[in-house]
Amino acid sequence: MSAQMLRAARPVDPPAAADAPPMDAIRLERLVKAFDARPILRGLSYTLPAGRTLVIFGPNGAGKTTLLRTLATLARPTSGSALVAGLDVIADAHEVRRLVGYVGHQPHPYEELTARENLLFFARMYGLRDGAERAASLLERVGLRARANDRVRAFSRGQAQRLALARGIIHDPAVLLLDEPDTGLDQEALALLERLVAERRERALATVLTTHNLERGLRLADDALTLVRGRIAYAGAAATLDVAAVERLYAGKPLAEQATRQAAGGAA
Amino acid sequence: MSMRTTGARLAWDQFWAIIWKDLRSELRTRQAWMSMGLFALLALVVFNFAFDLRVENLATVGPGALWIAFIFASILGLARNITVEQDRGPMDRLLIAPVDRSVVYLAKVIGNVIVISVIEAVALPVFAILYNLPIVQPAIAPILLLGTLGVAAVGTQFAALAANTRARELLTPLLIFPLIVPVVIGAVRATEALLTPIHGDAPWLGLLAAFDVIFLSVSAITFQFVVEE
Repeated sequence: MSAQMLRAARPVDPPAAADAPPMDAIRLERLVKAFDARPILRGLSYTLPAGRTLVIFGPNGAGKTTLLRTLATLARPTSGSALVAGLDVIADAHEVRRLVGYVGHQPHPYEELTARENLLFFARMYGLRDGAERAASLLERVGLRARANDRVRAFSRGQAQRLALARGIIHDPAVLLLDEPDTGLDQEALALLERLVAERRERALATVLTTHNLERGLRLADDALTLVRGRIAYAGAAATLDVAAVERLYAGKPLAEQATRQAAGGAA
Repeated sequence: MSMRTTGARLAWDQFWAIIWKDLRSELRTRQAWMSMGLFALLALVVFNFAFDLRVENLATVGPGALWIAFIFASILGLARNITVEQDRGPMDRLLIAPVDRSVVYLAKVIGNVIVISVIEAVALPVFAILYNLPIVQPAIAPILLLGTLGVAAVGTQFAALAANTRARELLTPLLIFPLIVPVVIGAVRATEALLTPIHGDAPWLGLLAAFDVIFLSVSAITFQFVVEE
């Protein structure tokens, strides 16, 4: 299905995850993002095929969050382009927002609302007609059913992050962006996060996550992208990397010959 | 796949959802209600002592005191409505949803109008007693509504603009006050005309209505440039 057809179909019934088009989930073309003339992303070009799980690694300040915020339409590219499911994050921002779910490393719930009210509010923002059922089901799934009617102000960091996960997937997004979603999660919630990513992979839905837990990131993802100072240091299969290799990339050292060759083949 | 509401119906649902969310949060914390209400009442009491309130001055001084109290109290709440959302980050989560920014703006304005109106409903009888003016009458309703709408329309836009700056406490009133001068003049003169009708007086309500329509329209269109990067 072409991007034009996708746009044409949207006013009648916007596509959700189940009928997401089999086009590239993400496509970056010489993407540059600068703040006050200070470049954060320096000409990234990369393609993530539909249905793949991508982990983005990088030391602090490498541009991971900026990249995810750009894909979520929260930051505008300075130059170049970023497409999500074939839609431009600037020209088609409104349509991109229907397709994308975003979970940041800070949960940022509405603290004076209950967990259920938070989810119901976002269900209404996405126009879900079965919002109450979705909210109840997700609260059960993230282990917050018993606290559904408690104000979020009283939640622990981990509970708020579970709620943020539920909020991020309430509209069953075609592309889910997870920015360090494991921050503050206990073992049970980490297992929940891993099940969520695995389930999306089974359903051929794209997921992009950043994490500083290299082992977990490599275990969860099909593909890996390593950013160092706003540039791609590695792009390719996650299976070809190990923790030591990623750490070498962080330090600005080249990978072993085999991995470097694969990296060159994986980058768009 | 979930069935989805689309188009104008979705925008309408989003509009009311944002108002509901803001009012429910405010009802639970009561921070804005308390600070605005107390400020308005204290200002009216202080003005009562500060101004010369002989009978011949009452109808001239009273409306000015009333609207100064309302407008200063309103600024307190207007800035809070936006900055609370910006400070704690949920504004990003709201902006990532497929909601038109004009819907967000209009919902915030109406939410602010509701909050300010409650304060006015409490403060107005107090004003009537303190200043001994027959102001609690049905004809004050459109003046209050249009004046409050004008303050909320300007205040919401510029509180959002100042919210991302470090000097927002300074910037918010600096940006808002010059722009609401037409509202202040229109509301004060319309209130004055209500207390002492003058034949052939300017159509102050019309001025207020025109200001509201123009400012709401322009701000609804430009709000996305204020809240988005």
